Amino acid sequence: MRKHLLFSLALLLAGPAFAANLDISVEIPRLDVAEYHRPYIAIWLEKSDQSHAADLAVWYDVKMADKKGEKWLKDLRQWWRKSGRNLELPVDGVSGATQAAGAHKLHYSSDKAPLKDLAPGNYFVVVEAAREVGERELLRVPFTWPVQQPAQQQAQGKQELGTVSIQLKP
Amino acid sequence: MKPAFKWTALALVICLPLSAQAHRAWMQPSATVLSGDDSWITVDAAVSNDLFYFEHVPLLLEGIGTPLQAPAASGQAPMRRPPSQLQIIAPDGSSIAAENGNIGHYRTTFDVQLKQKGTYKLAVANSGLLATWKDKDQPRRWMGKASELANNVPANAADLKVTQSDSRMETFVTSGNPTRTVLKPTNQGLELVPITHPNDLFAGETAEFSLLIDGKPAKNLEVNITPGGNRYRSETGEIERKTDEQGKFSVTWPVAGMYWLQAETTSTQGVAKPANERRASYSATLEVLAP
Repeated sequence: MRKHLLFSLALLLAGPAFAANLDISVEIPRLDVAEYHRPYIAIWLEKSDQSHAADLAVWYDVKMADKKGEKWLKDLRQWWRKSGRNLELPVDGVSGATQAAGAHKLHYSSDKAPLKDLAPGNYFVVVEAAREVGERELLRVPFTWPVQQPAQQQAQGKQELGTVSIQLKP
Repeated sequence: MKPAFKWTALALVICLPLSAQAHRAWMQPSATVLSGDDSWITVDAAVSNDLFYFEHVPLLLEGIGTPLQAPAASGQAPMRRPPSQLQIIAPDGSSIAAENGNIGHYRTTFDVQLKQKGTYKLAVANSGLLATWKDKDQPRRWMGKASELANNVPANAADLKVTQSDSRMETFVTSGNPTRTVLKPTNQGLELVPITHPNDLFAGETAEFSLLIDGKPAKNLEVNITPGGNRYRSETGEIERKTDEQGKFSVTWPVAGMYWLQAETTSTQGVAKPANERRASYSATLEVLAP
């Protein structure tokens, strides 16, 4: 365990000195409902005027035959309007399977897309969730790029999302 | 309503301009924004007072379903005209066919498979002459093409009035990314030219449109926009607008839902013979989404 931690630390230190990190945690709440299906979730970056900047992830039923799982992507209605309808799905590194209840971590580094090309400015991490026979919820968490000092922000969902938190490290 | 009169009313409502007070003819798609590769919509088409409820008669469309037999009329035969032609234009501009057509007591239904990505237009356009005259004090009516007028209407008919009528009813559906090929006007009759894409309408946002009459801006024309679902509220919620000098108007959608947009114009100016009056009407079913 300790060895593993040391190894991780070494890896971190070995990275380029200017690499900033954006860590996102998206909590899918456990719901006590008669009919439960894992939610469709889209996670993307928006500029301060709420225009689309970059897609981070979209979790949907990617395993259904003949791409039938794409039928409900329009229920992620903000994401569908801002990005989804322009895309040829699946998108490498963005499309993924639906996730179980729990906290899901995403990690992005400034030396890779999409942060690599992100212009300085104010942004939001946006998380939108839509669940079959359930509800739809959208949360925005603001941040400033590039990262000047370590920062943490979070937003609390009410129904389809739990806590969405982001951690920024310069 | 007596059956014969009801069928006459149906024939009339399909051809005549759709005034705000009269029955409204409309199509309502099951969805206007779709994702995925195997997309279908089903469409209801009906004539009714309340929007969008099936409470009067189905909208008869050529080649869709088997019309219920019109009751045998007593006395003078009710004026009938052939069913209207439905046109479904795919994103690439080609025409595609409706499937699984059916006519019920109150509504017509049909399906459309959206094989292409982009915006589809469903249109029912009618163009023709309406003649009214008196035959020994009995009111008579005839509808048809200009070339058939002479064979059907006595040239020396008393109180003869001939109206050139163009009506157009539309709705729009998009699979994937909205496209604009189908939005091009035909430059015949009254037409909507969306500036804001008709499948990109959201509550709280302002949408801009323009109206053309025979391809030219329809200036200072009243436009009525009525939200559906009036069964569950007391107010009609009608939004009234007027086109400007460029034929443009805008509307800020108060809430998400289905809306019925309607405009009509009547003129005696520049009417081509044998007509002495010109009427043109346009209506569209538009869906406004929640942001």
